[in-house]
Amino acid sequence: MMPVVVAAAPVVGLINQPVGVAHYLVVGAIMFVCGIVCMAMKRNALGVLMGIELVLNGANVNFVAFASPYLQGEGSRSLGLDGQVIALFVILLAAAEAAVALAITLNFYNNHATVDVDRADDLKG
Amino acid sequence: MADFLINSVGLSAALAWSLVAVVAAVLILNVIAGGALVFIWAERKIAGRIQDRLGPTRTGGKFGWLQSLADGIKLLAKEDLMPDGADGMLFRIAPYVSFCASFCAFICLPFAFDVVGQRLNVGVFFVIAVLGLEVFGVILAGYASASKWSLFGAMREAAQVVSYEVPLGMCVVVPVMLAGSMDLVTIAEKQAGWFTNWFLFHDPFTFVVFWIYVTCAVASVNRAPFDLAEAESELVAGFHTEYSGLRWSFFFMAEYGSMFLVSALAAILFLGGWNGPIPVAALLGLSEGTGDTAPYLVRLIGLANLFGKATLGVLVMMWIRWTLPRLRIDQVMTTCLKYCTPLAAAMFLGAMLWQIALPGGVVPVLRRPAAEIREGWLKGPGGAAARSADGAKVARVDS
Amino acid sequence: MTSDVAAALLVPLPLAGINWHSFFFLLFAALACGFAVAVVAAENVVRMALYLVLSLGATAGLFFLAGAEFVGAMQLMIYVGGTLVLLVFGVMLTAQAPFVSIKGSGRDKVVAGVVGAVLLAVLLQAALSVKAWRAPAAGVVADPAATPIGMALVGVRVDEPGVGAPARNVRPGYLLPFEIVSVHLLVVLVGAAYLARAKRRRTPRAIEVAASVAPPAVLAEHAAIGRDRARGGSVLAGGGR
Repeated sequence: MMPVVVAAAPVVGLINQPVGVAHYLVVGAIMFVCGIVCMAMKRNALGVLMGIELVLNGANVNFVAFASPYLQGEGSRSLGLDGQVIALFVILLAAAEAAVALAITLNFYNNHATVDVDRADDLKG
Repeated sequence: MADFLINSVGLSAALAWSLVAVVAAVLILNVIAGGALVFIWAERKIAGRIQDRLGPTRTGGKFGWLQSLADGIKLLAKEDLMPDGADGMLFRIAPYVSFCASFCAFICLPFAFDVVGQRLNVGVFFVIAVLGLEVFGVILAGYASASKWSLFGAMREAAQVVSYEVPLGMCVVVPVMLAGSMDLVTIAEKQAGWFTNWFLFHDPFTFVVFWIYVTCAVASVNRAPFDLAEAESELVAGFHTEYSGLRWSFFFMAEYGSMFLVSALAAILFLGGWNGPIPVAALLGLSEGTGDTAPYLVRLIGLANLFGKATLGVLVMMWIRWTLPRLRIDQVMTTCLKYCTPLAAAMFLGAMLWQIALPGGVVPVLRRPAAEIREGWLKGPGGAAARSADGAKVARVDS
Repeated sequence: MTSDVAAALLVPLPLAGINWHSFFFLLFAALACGFAVAVVAAENVVRMALYLVLSLGATAGLFFLAGAEFVGAMQLMIYVGGTLVLLVFGVMLTAQAPFVSIKGSGRDKVVAGVVGAVLLAVLLQAALSVKAWRAPAAGVVADPAATPIGMALVGVRVDEPGVGAPARNVRPGYLLPFEIVSVHLLVVLVGAAYLARAKRRRTPRAIEVAASVAPPAVLAEHAAIGRDRARGGSVLAGGGR
């Protein structure tokens, strides 16, 4: 409990100060790592797919943070339009990839009667 | 209002803005809840009349206008049931997800000039996006009810709503193209003046697009003849079979809220929004800048106009519901994919070609302000670069 | 250290000085990260889908706060309203009782946890190291309009006009990536529809075979329930067992 409170103190003090790019990057990092852990840990194929979505979203948060003119500090320039357009393309490509991944998962389910990725060992060894 | 609070009452800026936000949220909530109350009563009366009977006549006098209130009290007092095999958390959270989606879309819906919760530059896009999120509440409700009829109803509704988002989006893009902006306030302002300025009468393609929009909007909010998901004769009550009491009433507030929302959106995009058919305020000489009460009066007239048009849209939806028979799910999908989508795409192409060929309108005297919005971006600070960077591409749009 | 903690606990938040942008940033960030952790922690795949929806919705809020309104609306419409509905459909189609909660092995969890923690430490250290990223410059006013994005996708950059006439240093537009992504989406649409088509089969699918042969434990349980009911309800079934 104490370490949580100690860690929370600077975060709580943030309420009175403006946020910068670093804070967005922290959020992006947490989402990215959650996605990686989800991809590595889950046995359900759809769970792995959710991990992929989290990873792409963490990257998007980074892009949008760098693109924002409100968050940059003194003497540094934001990416501006480029960051937002890149984030847009990431969203589009993530949608396309999710569609194909789901089609593959459904085929797998029809053929093997399970979505457990550990059972996908037909080509093993 | 924030200025008044900061300057006259002397509150700090942070507190003043939060108070304004709370007031706006409460007002929108009242619009949805009060509207649902009135529309449920209206639905029962209209249904009765169309079916050659009277509808509610006992509660609250001859016209039964307190019937909705009585229904509300009954729903609040009902027993709180949950099926045995249901996933508790998902079952409880589903109605609120649906209602939140409906409520959030009202945030950037303008009710008069600049009377809007939050004026977004991408207003239209935001409203359409959030409307599509209502389907999550439905899916969760259908799954969490642990009943195969609920699940079937939920899946059908999700498929229907998601499919109809495509032609809905294409229909909505046409007025955005005519106005040159996705900001709902700007789109309605471009239709100021007499009713000939409305986008509905701008060109025949937009006229057809309006009717396609009506079809897609009715399908999007799952009203008959597209109400497969809650088909009483087939699936008991579809995805909300297992819901009773307050949770059911949340689903219905979400549905009536969405009906009002798409009607108001149709009014803003095609029917001039808060501008009446006759520009009363302009004729009377009232405008934003004259005097203290004139702006409020102008906005009040605009508010009445928008509410009138949106209510008319909702009543027409009810009329359609009790007149037409229900479509089968394959007929619903055929209508969307084989009729609405290609027609919307063709009309979009037609409207675009019309705009290129006749940007000033058919009759030059009634010159539409819509043609000038493009000039702003071309002549503005970024426009000169656009012109010099790619003169050939830009020259065609000049009128 | 203890004085810092005491200060944090005892001094109430000064309401008058709240920076609402930071408050909402903290709110949306807490929601996004909290639900992302919940996705990892949940065992039930339907709940995982719900937490993912909420996490990505909170991320859209973060986008709005950063001034990227168009990207935020796109996130809500395409990511949450399209991709996740697709995902939830997939979850519903495959969420038969045995597959709703598949538990991972302990070893996988430990390895994944360690790798994740190391990666998080590296990323956090990188994020917090640049001084210019810590606090924004004051007084930036920008109009978050969508028109520059639209113009850029058509190939015309209006956000930074070049110098001189004819313009020099004009940044390139995004027309080619736009066209490529459009064709890509068409290909994906056709491919996914083909992959997931209903195939006519001469032999039953594995899932149908599995469904028709109920596992012996379930059969025995149903038989036991039937026997109990018969014994409890009818006088004639006295010698049934």
